[in-house]
Amino acid sequence: MLNSSLKQLSALLATKKISSVELTGEFLKRVQALNPNYNAFITVDENMSLAQAQAADAMLASGQAHPLTGIPIAQKDIFCTKGWLTTCGSKMLSNFVSPYDAGVIERFNAAGAVNIGKTNMDEFAMGSSNETSFYGPVKNPWDITAVPGGSSGGSACAVAARMAPAATGTDTGGSIRQPAALCGISGIKPTYGLVSRYGMIAFASSLDQGGPMAKSAEDLALMLNVMAGFDTRDSTSLQRAPEDYARDLARPLQGLRIGLPKEYFVEGMSADVARAVEAAIGEYRKLGAEIVEVSLPNTKLSIPVYYVLAPAEASSNLSRFDGVRYGHRAPEYVDLNDMYQKSRAQGFGAEVKRRILIGTYVLSHGYYDAYYIQAQKLRRLIAQDFAAAFAQCDIIMGPTTPTVAFALGEKSSNPVQMYLSDTYTIATNLAGLPGMSIPAGFGDNNRPVGLHLIGNYFAEAQMLNVAYQYQQVTDWHIRMPDKLIA
Amino acid sequence: MPLSLDDITRVANLACIEISETEAATALTQLSGIFGLIEQMQAVDTSAIAPMSHAQDVVQRLRDDTVTESDHRELFQSIAPKTEAGLYLVPKVIE
Repeated sequence: MLNSSLKQLSALLATKKISSVELTGEFLKRVQALNPNYNAFITVDENMSLAQAQAADAMLASGQAHPLTGIPIAQKDIFCTKGWLTTCGSKMLSNFVSPYDAGVIERFNAAGAVNIGKTNMDEFAMGSSNETSFYGPVKNPWDITAVPGGSSGGSACAVAARMAPAATGTDTGGSIRQPAALCGISGIKPTYGLVSRYGMIAFASSLDQGGPMAKSAEDLALMLNVMAGFDTRDSTSLQRAPEDYARDLARPLQGLRIGLPKEYFVEGMSADVARAVEAAIGEYRKLGAEIVEVSLPNTKLSIPVYYVLAPAEASSNLSRFDGVRYGHRAPEYVDLNDMYQKSRAQGFGAEVKRRILIGTYVLSHGYYDAYYIQAQKLRRLIAQDFAAAFAQCDIIMGPTTPTVAFALGEKSSNPVQMYLSDTYTIATNLAGLPGMSIPAGFGDNNRPVGLHLIGNYFAEAQMLNVAYQYQQVTDWHIRMPDKLIA
Repeated sequence: MPLSLDDITRVANLACIEISETEAATALTQLSGIFGLIEQMQAVDTSAIAPMSHAQDVVQRLRDDTVTESDHRELFQSIAPKTEAGLYLVPKVIE
C-alpha cells in the first residue's frame, strides 16, 4: 500500500477495502517511525488529520467522492492552513497559527483530501538543500548523509520515504524540481498563473508557483487537477477553462520532437548524471521520439538575473514581517525602529537576511538601472530563447541538476556554490514556463538522477503524457529507498 | 564597483535589520562573491531590449466596488504580539 499510486488508493477507498481513517493511520505510523531521523515534517497533528479522514469517510459513504477524497497529502509549510502552525521554515513565523486557508488548501479540502502534516522547507523557500530551515535540515531518504534538495525538501523526502502518497511544493527557481530529482520522485512546476498564490507565503511573486510532488506522472496529473484553477484573490491567477491534466497520458509519443539544448551538454554536468540523462533520451528514441538540437544561448545569464530579481522581490515581500500584527517580536527594544530592527534580526536566518540585503541594494537609489532593469531586460532575452527553441521542438529535455545529491554541509557555507546547483531550473521560472523532473536512474553513491522536462506555456497535459510514457517502460519512479533508518 | 562595509550597514538600515560589526564583515565577503556572479550581466548590450517584469502579458483585473470581506478582527488579533482594546500596540512614536 505504501507504494500504491493515487488511483490505486482511490479504488481501495471507493470499494471500502480500506477507510480513510485506516489509510491515514497507516501513513501517520510511518511518519512517527521515520520523521525523527529524516525531519521531513515541521508539524504533525494526528487529531486534526484523523478528523479530516473521518469527514472524508462520510463523503465516501455518501457517494460524493472526488478522486483524492480520503487520501493523505503532505502540505509544504508555506501554504497557510487554518488552525495549523504555518512557519515557512522560519523563526519569524514559529508562532503563527494561520487564521485562514490558502487557495490551494481550500481546493484540497473541497476535494476531501486529508492533510497529513506540514512539511519542512528552506526558510521562506530560500535554499537548495533544506539546510536554511529554522527547524533543522531534512535528510535524503536514499542516503541520510546527503541533502534532499530544497526548498521543498520536506515534501520530497516525505514522498520518497513513503511517509505520504503525494505532497505539495512551490518553485521559484527550482524548489519543486531540484528536490524531486535529488530524492528520486516526480514533480511539476506549472505555467506561472495556473495555481493560486493566495495564502502561499510570498518569496518572489513574479516567479513563485505552487505544484504537486508525487511518485509518478499519473499521480501528478490527479494532484494538478485539484490544485490548478482561477482564484480572484490572486491578481496574477489566470482565468482559463478547467482542464483534465490526465487526458493525454495514454497518447503514443511517435513523432514527438524533443529538443536538447546544446548549452546544457557542454560543461558543468557530472558524468554520472550525463549517463542517466543519455540513457533516458535513448528510451525516448525507442518510444518513437525524434531528437533535435536546440540552442538557449542566454542560459548562463539566468543565475545572475535570478539573483537580482528574486532578492529584489523578496526584500519587498518580506518587509511585512515587522513584529506588529503577527510573527516574532523581539522581547526587548527601546523604540519602534529598534523593535523592527531587532525583531527582523532575530526572526530571520542568515540566508534570508543575505537575500534581503542583496534585494535592498539592487533596488536602492543609483543602482536600480544597472541591476534591476538590466536583469529585467536579460529576462526577456532568456524568454525569447525558449520561444525560438519551441519553434523547433515540442518539449525540451536535459538534467534537472548538475550533480546527484551533495553531502549535508558541503555547500552551506558557500552561497555562490549553492546557487549554481539550480543552474538548469531557474530559466523556466524567469520565462514563466512549466518545468518537470522525473526519476531517471541512479548516479554516484546510488543517489537518484532527475530528468528535466520543459514545456511550452500551458503544455502540462503534454508534459505529463511524455513523462507517463517513459514511466510505462521504466521503473525508476516506483523504486523505494531500501535502507531507511527508523 | 566593489562593495564596502558602509554599503552593508546602509542597506541593513534601509532593510530594518539590526546588524553587528562581525555580521556586517561576513555579509561583505559573501555579498561580494554573489555580486561577482551578478556582474556577468553587465557584459551584455541590452540597449534595444525592453525590460520584462512579468512572465504573462496580463492586465489588472477590476471588480465591483463592493464589500467582499467580513470582520475577522478578533481572530486576527488573537495571534498578534501585543494588542489592547482592539488595537495593535507598538512603542510610542509621538511624545
